[in-house]
Amino acid sequence: MWYPIADHHDVIPRHTARTSLHGQELVVWRADDGNVNVWENRCLHRGVRLSIGVNDGAELVCRYHAWRYANRSGGCTYIPAHPRDAPARTAACSTFPVAERHGLVWSTLAGGDDASEPPSIEQLGNDAFVLRARPVRAPADVVLGLLEELNWAPFGSDDTADAAVERTRVPGGVAAVASERGVEERIIFFVQPVDSSRCVVRPVRSGEPTDSVAALRHHATILADVVERAERIQSARPAAPTAETPVAIPTAPPRPERLRVRIERKWATAEKIAAFDLVEADGGNLPTFLPGDHIDLHLPNGLIRQYSITNGPGETAHYRIGVKRDPASTGGSAYLHDRAKTGDVLKISAPRNRFALRRNVPSTILIAGGIGITPILAMAQALDRAGLDVAVHSFVSSEGEVAFRDVLDRLGPVVHRYVGLDPDGTAGVLKHVLTSPDPGVQVAACGPPPMLDAIQTIADAAGWDEDAVSFEYFQTGDIDRSSSFTVELARSARTVKVTAGTSVLDAIRAEGLDLDSSCERGACGTCALPVLDGEVDHHDVFLSPAERAAGATILTCVSRAASNRLVLDL
Amino acid sequence: MSVAAWSLNTSDRCTNPAILNRWHPVAPSHAVEAGESHFTVLLGVEIVCRLNPAGEPEVRLRRDPATCVPAIVDYGCVWVCLGEPTEALFTIEEAGEPDRRIVHAGTIGVNVSAPRAVENFLDMAHFPYVHTGILGVEPYTDVNDYQVHVDPVTNDVWATDCEFWQPMAATTSTTGQMTDYLYRVPHPFNVILYKTTPVDAQRMDVIALFCQPVGPDRIIAHPFLCLLDDENTTASIRAFQLRIFAQDKPILENQLPKCLPLDPRAERPIRADRAAITYRRWLSDLGVTYGVIPA
Repeated sequence: MWYPIADHHDVIPRHTARTSLHGQELVVWRADDGNVNVWENRCLHRGVRLSIGVNDGAELVCRYHAWRYANRSGGCTYIPAHPRDAPARTAACSTFPVAERHGLVWSTLAGGDDASEPPSIEQLGNDAFVLRARPVRAPADVVLGLLEELNWAPFGSDDTADAAVERTRVPGGVAAVASERGVEERIIFFVQPVDSSRCVVRPVRSGEPTDSVAALRHHATILADVVERAERIQSARPAAPTAETPVAIPTAPPRPERLRVRIERKWATAEKIAAFDLVEADGGNLPTFLPGDHIDLHLPNGLIRQYSITNGPGETAHYRIGVKRDPASTGGSAYLHDRAKTGDVLKISAPRNRFALRRNVPSTILIAGGIGITPILAMAQALDRAGLDVAVHSFVSSEGEVAFRDVLDRLGPVVHRYVGLDPDGTAGVLKHVLTSPDPGVQVAACGPPPMLDAIQTIADAAGWDEDAVSFEYFQTGDIDRSSSFTVELARSARTVKVTAGTSVLDAIRAEGLDLDSSCERGACGTCALPVLDGEVDHHDVFLSPAERAAGATILTCVSRAASNRLVLDL
Repeated sequence: MSVAAWSLNTSDRCTNPAILNRWHPVAPSHAVEAGESHFTVLLGVEIVCRLNPAGEPEVRLRRDPATCVPAIVDYGCVWVCLGEPTEALFTIEEAGEPDRRIVHAGTIGVNVSAPRAVENFLDMAHFPYVHTGILGVEPYTDVNDYQVHVDPVTNDVWATDCEFWQPMAATTSTTGQMTDYLYRVPHPFNVILYKTTPVDAQRMDVIALFCQPVGPDRIIAHPFLCLLDDENTTASIRAFQLRIFAQDKPILENQLPKCLPLDPRAERPIRADRAAITYRRWLSDLGVTYGVIPA
């Protein structure tokens, strides 16, 4: 069942609103692209209300530790305490369906088919005028009962004596028409059930009145009387115990390995470079992406190609990618250039990252060679949004090959473009850019391998810290996942191979076995399993030193084997 | 603080031995030294504190004035036990050093459970965002890995090797510095921090947060300082500490639920929360059920 939970005045840009529906506290905020988000009003980390956070237009930032949550998906995109670690892909706020109608923001706690659409009230037409909402310390049924008997004089009539009022129940409220001596006024009184003992009346008038201030005052007085009567009825009732909403234990939702996307738009962004906007094929939200993420595109001809997501923070309605035609294409870029067209459905992987963009240094130098600009665009926009200094050095072979010019123009003077340089010329510029290593500066680069090699050589020679320079092909992170080993699952009588780059948890799940997890960062203990044999290489922070030494437990999301073989009790 | 400000609820009463049998702070000692009676609430029970003519603390139940409950004075506070005091109050050795400044920084009512306040005190990651420009500043937001253990003898939780970049760590600071921290939790509702002082490289300032559990989900906080600081006035030391606490208070009062959930899956811990992870497990092991949502 859909209910109005806010009106359009509550969701102004760069603000947050707090509301409740059936005891579920919600935060409501509008991103700069116009999308309204309705989420559970709790940061995943420590339960702080997100409504006291900061709406930066693209993401909602928690006031406590500045965890950032993306427009639409509610996915966590950055955890400043660990700038080098990508947040777990399962970390996302609970989101609720949202729609704007009749000047109100609607939502529902129910999922599934029941939740498809809010009611459309015909009587209101298209020029709804939202009257002042009134919170009431009485349950919705009491207030609805009073509204069904409400008499009022339509605004603009002189006499309040004998107005004729007709009322009917509509989904979520009461529709009423008052008429007197030819003056007619139509109002729908929607009622938002806040919890078992409170509600909010949200009246909407059909048509803007001639004198809107006078009309607001007129109706505020009428409603004040309803509120007073409702609260009198409620206070005569025995007090119901008010209980704190129990904490729901969230379980990590399954993360789709593949998803279907539709090509919403395809265009030539530069010579030999085609751009694509990909939307979720069924109209849902796309998984959260991080700056620098890429997706695997599974082409109908069986080929798999990786492309970086160029979007800035909050641009979550689609993934925008750029595809350069490779003259030696064996059917990947050639297929996308020649055959893929708007409306086609493709399979892609969920977004992934080779290294997380850290934001713990004041300044960042981004270097892009040719089509390598794509991940750099996402990074530059994220850093710019975070208020950090960024310089983009973009190398292209000709002016016609400058892709995504609109984004570069928006970034403005921080973008330095170099056209048609030979390798020596490029090296000269790079030497200049990387002249003086600085602990307050990091460098990230994406481009063809010879260029990345040159950057590496130049940075080493100039004395840059190895840690300060990241490359798109680099793998970093705190956990060394390079080992491979076998895990025997004693009770399931199965042997699982854990290869480099995958976790024990992933490997067990890939085998079709079920294992609960929550944080997937070695901090909550949910995915722990007893160890029957073998030596554990612990990477978690959950177990005590004594428990680590005993080696009888492994946190399967991060820890690995120190021996060739582990035997687990599963 | 007036007792009338707290609406008493019988469900605030504590039956949990792990809490009931411990000492809890109920007043700054200077509040009773003037010979006045001090009314307050502890674990849902109204109490009256004063010093008797011999100068000893005397604490009675307001609804049953004939009953005296065990009370002591230490670390700038009157401490009370409403059950059977099974062990002595923890010790803070630095408080006995002659050159230390001992300051009770104020009593602050906070609408949150004691364990939430303790966890906030154990947390470094919020410094750049909540104590901006003082205890932290962007973009220096990293929490480097640190060590946590439970002392096998005293059963205190310790977090060691903690460090954080701070622009103005104390009233005596003139520049930013990498500040070293040690945290110690000797009691479910009390927490002590030892931090680098700009004054003496060999010794550390001691700052404690004593939480008086008024009910399971509200406290009166008593910040206690034991500093190496000859320069600043007591008023300015208090003002600094209150300024920090005033920044924490709106965060604490917007945490949902107010009681601390002990199930590790209820919230989403990260590596920086290692101290809190151990603290929650430790509370479970101690059998604490008051102020928490047991796992």
